[in-house]
Amino acid sequence: MSGAEFVPLSLPPLLIGILAAVACALPGNFLVLRKQALIGDAISHVVLPGIVVAFLVTGTVGAGPMMLGAMGSSVVAVGLIEAIRRLGRIEPGAAMGVTFTAMFAAGVLLLEQSDTSSVHLDVEHALYGNLESLIWLDAVGWQSLLDPVALAGLPPELPRIGLTCLFVIAFTSILWRPLKISTFDEGFAATAGMPTTLIGLALVIVAALTAVAAFDAVGSIIVIAMFICPPAAARLMTNRLETQIGWSVVFAVLSAALGYVLAGYGPLWLGRDNAVSAAGMIATVSGAILALAALFGPCRTRTGAPAS
Amino acid sequence: MLFDALFLQLGYNASLVAIGAGFLGIAAGVTGTFLYLRKQALLSDAISHATLPGVGLAFVLMALVGGSGRFLPGLLLGAALSAGIGLLCVSALTRRTRLSEDSAIGAVLSVFFGFGIVILTVIQTMSTGRQAGLESFLLGSTAGMLFNDAVVIAAGGALTLLAVLLFRRPMGLVAFDPEYAAARGFNVARIDLVIMTLALAVTVVGLKIVGLILVVAMLIIPPVAARFWSDRMEVVALLSGLFGGLSGWAGAAISATAPALPTGPIIVLVCFGLFVLSLFLAPGRGLLAALTRHLRFQRRVHLRQGLLALAQGQPIYERLTLRLLRRAGLARADGVATDEGRARAAKALRDEKRWELVRSDPDFAAAALSYDGLAGIETVLTVDQIAEIDNRIGAPREVTS
Amino acid sequence: MSVELAANMGTVPEVEALDHSPLAVRGLTVSYGQKPAVFSVDMTIQPGSMTAIIGPNGAGKSTLLKAALGIIKPLSGQVFCFGKPLAQLRDRIAYVPQRASVDWDFPTRAIDVVLMGLYRELGLLRMVRPAHRERAMACLDRVGMADFADRQIGQLSGGQQQRVFLARALAQDADLYLLDEPFAGVDAATEKAIIHVLSHLRRNGKTVVAVHHDLATVRDYFDRVFIINTRKVAEGSVETAFTEDTLQIAYGGRLATGQIDQLGLVVG
Repeated sequence: MSGAEFVPLSLPPLLIGILAAVACALPGNFLVLRKQALIGDAISHVVLPGIVVAFLVTGTVGAGPMMLGAMGSSVVAVGLIEAIRRLGRIEPGAAMGVTFTAMFAAGVLLLEQSDTSSVHLDVEHALYGNLESLIWLDAVGWQSLLDPVALAGLPPELPRIGLTCLFVIAFTSILWRPLKISTFDEGFAATAGMPTTLIGLALVIVAALTAVAAFDAVGSIIVIAMFICPPAAARLMTNRLETQIGWSVVFAVLSAALGYVLAGYGPLWLGRDNAVSAAGMIATVSGAILALAALFGPCRTRTGAPAS
Repeated sequence: MLFDALFLQLGYNASLVAIGAGFLGIAAGVTGTFLYLRKQALLSDAISHATLPGVGLAFVLMALVGGSGRFLPGLLLGAALSAGIGLLCVSALTRRTRLSEDSAIGAVLSVFFGFGIVILTVIQTMSTGRQAGLESFLLGSTAGMLFNDAVVIAAGGALTLLAVLLFRRPMGLVAFDPEYAAARGFNVARIDLVIMTLALAVTVVGLKIVGLILVVAMLIIPPVAARFWSDRMEVVALLSGLFGGLSGWAGAAISATAPALPTGPIIVLVCFGLFVLSLFLAPGRGLLAALTRHLRFQRRVHLRQGLLALAQGQPIYERLTLRLLRRAGLARADGVATDEGRARAAKALRDEKRWELVRSDPDFAAAALSYDGLAGIETVLTVDQIAEIDNRIGAPREVTS
Repeated sequence: MSVELAANMGTVPEVEALDHSPLAVRGLTVSYGQKPAVFSVDMTIQPGSMTAIIGPNGAGKSTLLKAALGIIKPLSGQVFCFGKPLAQLRDRIAYVPQRASVDWDFPTRAIDVVLMGLYRELGLLRMVRPAHRERAMACLDRVGMADFADRQIGQLSGGQQQRVFLARALAQDADLYLLDEPFAGVDAATEKAIIHVLSHLRRNGKTVVAVHHDLATVRDYFDRVFIINTRKVAEGSVETAFTEDTLQIAYGGRLATGQIDQLGLVVG
């Protein structure tokens, strides 16, 4: 394919997909190890009421208010889950289930009740995003990457997810030791003076932030898949956390790139002329990678007893 | 209008749907109780998301053989099959690999759902697929439902409920104590399979009404709400069924009154309302009850500890203890005991001595079990027993401080 | 309540005891729900001692230790470390948790676990240098685990895992070592290795406190005991506090006379 076609049409969505996948996979490693994998699932559901409320308050679908709304509802959800879990003495899974279904239901109801026909805001969009439509019309080829005028016309989702990805990388590397130690042995971490509750909360909030930023570009289905599948597959490849993180990034990039290409060109190879959902395909590829790791991963079986 | 709807006066289809949703709600509430007690509530999330590729593939298959792709029983069969495969994947991942259940559930639900979306986009490009309306399975929709579909849902709800009632005893036994059930000769794995199958049936029947994203709520919220009201499993299951049935029926009825009231979300929100009521108001496990109980307990501990400190002439470090003692008129602001405080302190110390003896003497083993550091000795022993203990300890000593 | 206020209220020996003790708790009550697991306990650990916390199952031994360390929140009570609030002197305390409390399937090696003990020094961003690695290896060597440094922790036996935990505590180079059931479910070789390391610590002026469940070895391993059954039953040297009377109170009728005879106690 020529640069003239690839750069404007495929490069931005490909990059956005990859960056979103990596940004989700990094905190996903810790969520999986802390047995909080489904927090990602819960957050991606509650994003909907957040953006609907933001739309109702501001009357626009601008990125800023939507991000704030989504962020706000994620924090509300996390607080609610904790409150229900602790106050009601309910196991975390059930507390999560109660919270995210109720909030999602409220979001759908609000959406149906309000007039959103003038703007592009619906549940399907929230679920599987519009990765394919994030094109870069100002680009004419590879040379546009050096052209400041053309660069100004990049889809705004790209710098946004890029910044999020950088932030997540910074968060993970700066708090690497506390994250690792408190995930492994919370009691010891507390005696070494680490604020374990705060670290756990920070992880969830960063996950929420990532989910919101990625969701804006690619929809919630990729978010859930990327929080869990690449780290889970990486978990089956190695017995060292550092290596696991590396594998998870590789798997995330692979899922995003392969999924995007398969969604766009796979049907063409099969003789059909319509592309399929890139978000769905990326999730499917990540599942295939996990299946392969579960069948052939060198460290796929348990080595020690789980914490009692 | 709402009144009409609740009493099934809004037309034949709407009434059938409300009845079906009611049956389904009861079945979901009871099945959900066993899932919840087995700590597998979120497994239903994997089940429901895993139905999507089945729905899509069933549509494609039925359209390819020339039938109507929208034939509801066919779609539901496809949903059940792919959800079953999803469950097998969860169980294979948790059993064969080191992944924990939450990771397995999350992986299966996201991957199956993603694959389902891929199939939906394929269907949209098929010539017969433009009006497939399969999106309605995401959020549920009862508007413009065909009579046949309503019958399928009502019958499905009733059948699921029947099966739940049939299997409630063995399921209860396994949920409560799987090892005991195994020892009694029950096949735990098979009964677990029954629970899963029923959850799957609830999910599949609920797909069209509630939608696959929200149908899990019908399995999760009623048992969680019911749990607040009772510690007995039978009562929890019963209440949970009641909550589920109530929200299914009322939710379907309310949503039939106006066009912009989607059935699924309304059912879930009615359910959530019942949960919030339970969370706050239930006696015993409810928040208000627990809060007052905790405050009372904390006061008792501090008072008792303060009295013991006074009796032994130890300094009191806790401000709350001091404040409580002062308010009860047992100590002055500087931590010195009043006359009454001295008397109560002496009694507390003496009780401690008595307890010490009670706990070291095997003859009192039964009484010693109720020791919690707070209970007065007279609550567990007779006057004669106390007298006998006092004899063994010796005369009371004066407390000076 | 501030330390000054406490000092004003306490008598002089009390203040001195608090100032000298590497770990002292006053009026500690911890409850799970409505039942206190630990009720109004005072404990003063003597510097340079080796103290066993003993008591029957469910007597609140581990709870006392965790609450003293601030891992669980007490309902009331104060914890002092050399007369100061615990938070200020955390790096002088090393804690070895119960083996069952962590996920042994966690992707990390024995040497990585020991390096966790250097967290106070390494902080967030400092690189692990060869010197750090050597120190961690030396700690593993002291517990006889140097050959297993690169093993994933789940691949070690129960006793070996316990020794790795101990090595991590050694790496912290603390003054006070708190161990929760260090001998539970370990092999004889590990028990010997652990007790050897602990005695060595004590000879170097460190203080050791361990939750212990085997009454038969109390006399051989420890010089002080703290006996608890929800309330404090006794505290003092093994000679004075580890007696038939105190054990009878703590264990009630659960300890048969025959068992007590075997402990070779001074009958009080």
